[in-house]
Amino acid sequence: MNFKLKVWRQSDAAAAGEWRTYGVSEIDSGASFLEMLDILNDRLVVEGERPIAFDYDCREGICGSCALTIDGTPHGPRQVTSCQVFMREFTDGSEIIVEPFRASPFKVLCDLVVDRTPFDRIVEAGGYISVDAGPKPEPNATPISPETQQAAMDAAACIGCGACVAACPNGSAMLFTGAKATHLNVLPQGQPERYDRSRAMVEQMDAEGFGGCTNTGECEAVCPQEISISVIGELYRDYRKSMVHVLRSRRGRMKAQ
Amino acid sequence: MTDFDNRIPAGPIEEKWRTWLDDHRLVGPRQRGDHRVLVVGTGLAGSSAAATLAGMGYKVDCFCFQDSARRAHSIAAQGGINATKDYANEGDSVRRLFHDTIEGGDFRAREANVWRLAELSTRIIDQAVAQGVPFNREYGGHLATRSFGGVLVERTFYCRGQTGQQLLLGAYSALQKQVLDGRAQVHTRHEMLDLVLVDGHARGIITRDLVSGEIERWSADAVVLATGGYSNVYYLSTNALGCSVTAIWRARKRGAAMANPCFTQIHPTSIPQTHENQSKLTLMSESLRNDGRIWVPKAEDEERSADEIGEDERSYFLEERYPRYGNLVPRDVASRAAKLVCDEGRGVGPTGRGVYLDFQDAIAERGRAEIDSRYGNLFELYERITGENPWEVPMRIYPAPHYAMGGLWVDYELQTTIPGLFAIGEANFSDHGANRLGASAMMQCLADGYFIVPHSVTNYLSKHAANVETAEPSFERAEGEVNERLGRLVSVGGKTSQSQFHKQLGNLMIDNCGILRNADGLREAIGGLRSMREEFWRDLTIEPGEKGMNQSLEHAGRVADFLEMAELMCNDALDRDESCGSHFREEHQTDGGEAQRDDENWASVSIWEFEGPDSEPKKTAEQLSFEAVELEQRDYA
Ligand SMILES: Cc1cc2nc3c(=O)[nH]c(=O)nc-3n(C[C@H](O)[C@H](O)[C@H](O)COP(=O)(O)OP(=O)(O)OC[C@H]3O[C@@H](n4cnc5c(N)ncnc54)[C@H](O)[C@@H]3O)c2cc1C
Ligand code: FES
Repeated sequence: MNFKLKVWRQSDAAAAGEWRTYGVSEIDSGASFLEMLDILNDRLVVEGERPIAFDYDCREGICGSCALTIDGTPHGPRQVTSCQVFMREFTDGSEIIVEPFRASPFKVLCDLVVDRTPFDRIVEAGGYISVDAGPKPEPNATPISPETQQAAMDAAACIGCGACVAACPNGSAMLFTGAKATHLNVLPQGQPERYDRSRAMVEQMDAEGFGGCTNTGECEAVCPQEISISVIGELYRDYRKSMVHVLRSRRGRMKAQ
Repeated sequence: MTDFDNRIPAGPIEEKWRTWLDDHRLVGPRQRGDHRVLVVGTGLAGSSAAATLAGMGYKVDCFCFQDSARRAHSIAAQGGINATKDYANEGDSVRRLFHDTIEGGDFRAREANVWRLAELSTRIIDQAVAQGVPFNREYGGHLATRSFGGVLVERTFYCRGQTGQQLLLGAYSALQKQVLDGRAQVHTRHEMLDLVLVDGHARGIITRDLVSGEIERWSADAVVLATGGYSNVYYLSTNALGCSVTAIWRARKRGAAMANPCFTQIHPTSIPQTHENQSKLTLMSESLRNDGRIWVPKAEDEERSADEIGEDERSYFLEERYPRYGNLVPRDVASRAAKLVCDEGRGVGPTGRGVYLDFQDAIAERGRAEIDSRYGNLFELYERITGENPWEVPMRIYPAPHYAMGGLWVDYELQTTIPGLFAIGEANFSDHGANRLGASAMMQCLADGYFIVPHSVTNYLSKHAANVETAEPSFERAEGEVNERLGRLVSVGGKTSQSQFHKQLGNLMIDNCGILRNADGLREAIGGLRSMREEFWRDLTIEPGEKGMNQSLEHAGRVADFLEMAELMCNDALDRDESCGSHFREEHQTDGGEAQRDDENWASVSIWEFEGPDSEPKKTAEQLSFEAVELEQRDYA
């Protein structure tokens, strides 16, 4: 198969960036989108042109590294990760537009590579249950119904790719944040820190410059893990409740001496 | 003289770890903050170790090449993690998990290490549940388990098909909490390119910032490598594309010995390669072998499609050859059998390298709904990747390189031959012998990271802490060498890209040091590798410039290391003149075509030291003694 690619090129974070067009030919229909880019890059390198930088690692839809906006939609039209898009899904001879995930908190670092470290800092603010590695109670002493476990798992399945942010007209990270908070907030183990967690994560999200949620639902529509938008409602509820709780100072908290 | 004392405590096997814990030296809580530890790698092993060390009060700097610690390759593990909880009341015990692991590894692992692993397995589940890892539950709310290849009990805990993801997110979150608390720092998009020794002890590393290209020095009191496995030496594997041997290879060149490098696992059920430019092989869960029947046409070069081939024209080769275990024989056995039928010209699919995994009988017997509930997501995954509908046509599968049992040699304390350098997770060689059982890699990573290495690092620090500065001459030297090498890579000025070299290397290795090995092929491969290396340094072309983001430079550096490492694998495979587990030397098979071990001469670990770039590596054998189990021939027929 043959394609024309219109690709965003930007040598580093400070550069202005521009569109460039490349032709690729004789691509196997079974090749993945990223393999098609590999072929192009191999050619560019031999021709002495700078290859196109893009993030990837597992290439099986679970690590959340790959992050391409394909023809205007984060990860392309099929609600799978960029690495699970295959060339047989495109019309032979068509033009395909490839650009990075666009959202102001995700700075473009080079070509199609963006900085998603704001997500790590949202988790850092409260996306965990505080435990050390010492002895723990017997897990079956606290039964958890399969329904609760499934609800936690549905939310925990998030791969942190950032497509939700890139799809949202407001650049909101509520689906990501809601997924992490909901995973922990529905479990019995997550209760002691529930309201502190919800508040701290939302505040960190705001501090990173993500926009607010206005229920457009674009995030859910692109999420490769099919995270439900209901996690946003869950998080809002807990966030509102947290307003009546005294927030414990998490940063610099000291061990009781 | 290198110290190969394995430091296994005396006394009965059940008490060794307790004895070690009781005897090891501690560092007081007020002193811990004076010590810095570098943890390279943020997979299950690295994240759990870094979070635990920081939680104890040490200062920790942690590194990974991905853009977030959460993306380490561990995230892709699917099936589950073993633990001897015996919730199902099957009479499971530490001894049984120990025995299964030793036997599964074809008696080439250390008894004391494996016992400790089995003992710690239950604590991993307790720890993960406390962190909120959503393991599947039974109706009553208790933890669910299932069974996995090669064992007769249900001891595998799982979170749907995403167990690695959930365990890693647990460890990653624990690590991020330590970042908040100011004890740990995570340096993402940083690749370790060298290890720095001061007075013979590991005291730091050199990294390249993969965004700016900047080379940085990091000093510490101890270094922990948790950098994963090297199956990408075969180019196509089930591993993530960034997985490499680079960190442990550079450590080896500084004096850390490698053990059993030729022990690599080829997993039987992956989606076969379909086209030439494929970059990765996707694993299909081993669980499919519970209901799928594996077959090939009886006739060679069969042209007809599966539905046109009658029942009497099919060969269900695993069921025929292994009536007792059938399609559920261990991984190494199943992979070998599949390769052999394809070599005979009976393979299926466009490349002829594939066998059918057929669910028609299971669907007829149990109904579509039942099969859907068991494997629905895997069927979907298969269809997404191949474009074929497995409800209508049988799946095609083929073995794929998957896991490295070999790695850096470590003693009982997980310390390498370099004092102050520890290796954990898939990066070390410790617990799986010549073949790893399903669902035990994650168990080992987390036992190492949460429960073993934090104590052995403490023990080390109590005796050998030192305040080393990065201004030391050895940092200067190492940084100079890193820069020189990067400069060489960008300036070869040839015509062939690094990926082409990587592909060539992969083909050579899979043909000569893969499922089947023989002396002639291995010798030939060693010769081939030498000329390939010369060619690489003569004809490589990559994006010029060491500054800024340069993914071809990253990849080229890893390929250069694989090219060297591959030769050591072949040397080891040639040297080990027996068959065991995944290491099948065609010269050594039973009359029935099974692996023939030679316990008299080869019940040992092969340890390889680096003797300089142009010298042959030096081998030392660590004898394995078996007291708690009896050596027996594996028999699945
Ligand atoms: C598809 C698949 C499915 C699997 N399923 C299971 C299963 O069901 N059960 C099971 O028990 N096991 C399973 N395994 C095996 C298991 O997942 C791995 O063995 C294990 O996760 C390895 O963990 P690790 O922490 O040692 O290394 P990894 O998770 O590979 O992490 C390596 C880390 O090191 C970093 N790193 C590497 N080199 C450098 C460098 N030079 N500089 C800086 N950082 C570096 C990486 O960035 C990464 O953070 C599976 C494996 C695969 C491939
Ligand atoms: S590369 Fe891992 S999800 Fe796409």
